[in-house]
Amino acid sequence: MVPLSWYMALSAAVFCIGVVGVLTRRNIIIIFLSIELILNSVNISLVAFSHFMNSMRGQVFVFFIMAVAAAEAAIGLAIIIAMYRNKETLSTTEINLMKW
Amino acid sequence: MLLQVGFIYFASVILICALLVIASKNPVHSALFMLPLFFHVAGIFIMLNAEFVAAVQILVYAGAILVLFLFVIMLLNVEREEKGRRFQGNWPVSAALGVTLAGFIMTILVRSSFTGTKGQYTIEAVRQTGNSEAIGKVLYTDFLFPFEVASVILLVAMIGATVLAKKKLN
Repeated sequence: MVPLSWYMALSAAVFCIGVVGVLTRRNIIIIFLSIELILNSVNISLVAFSHFMNSMRGQVFVFFIMAVAAAEAAIGLAIIIAMYRNKETLSTTEINLMKW
Repeated sequence: MLLQVGFIYFASVILICALLVIASKNPVHSALFMLPLFFHVAGIFIMLNAEFVAAVQILVYAGAILVLFLFVIMLLNVEREEKGRRFQGNWPVSAALGVTLAGFIMTILVRSSFTGTKGQYTIEAVRQTGNSEAIGKVLYTDFLFPFEVASVILLVAMIGATVLAKKKLN
């Protein structure tokens, strides 16, 4: 029997890797992939809690998170395409239209 | 014992793939390293008796989202981006911040105990009806309104992506 804390530690580690990816990378597509990593880590912890608490609600929440992740990926990639059409770049350091 | 070994295998593949995703230079490689990661997360879900969520994980993440990412990478000019620098200028600070965050979360995990009232869906009770039926029952009774809201979110995403990505007709 694998204890709950192992799943929590795995989830925390993947979450932190995703956070580091968002903070350090320049390429906006990899930043989006890191956001998917973060969502996946939360899914792991929700399913683990759902299993250890004998409840179905965690799994239902994972279902909703997947719906939101799909919507977020579609919108985000559309924004990337629109931005690439205007600026010809994927680097977040060159996308500084709203910086002051 | 077998479960522990399985967990260690799944967890180590997930962690290695996650590190490769954020470290590799080419976005195509990053997206392709997400594929084994999604499959092994689905394996973790199966270890937790969540078969329906594991199937949806493979269908939605590996089947839909990842293919969408690969299509977009194919449309954009990645080669020019590869020549530039990979990380932000202040990446050591950010990496140290991430490690600190991991340390904080681990400390909280070590010091906390997970207690609470348990629900009615024990492993035996779920096994009687099946995982999908149990989820469906909760989804269409307790979570009916959020379920409808999720469909609206997907509709908004569909329209929004079309409007954002289409060319301006002058």
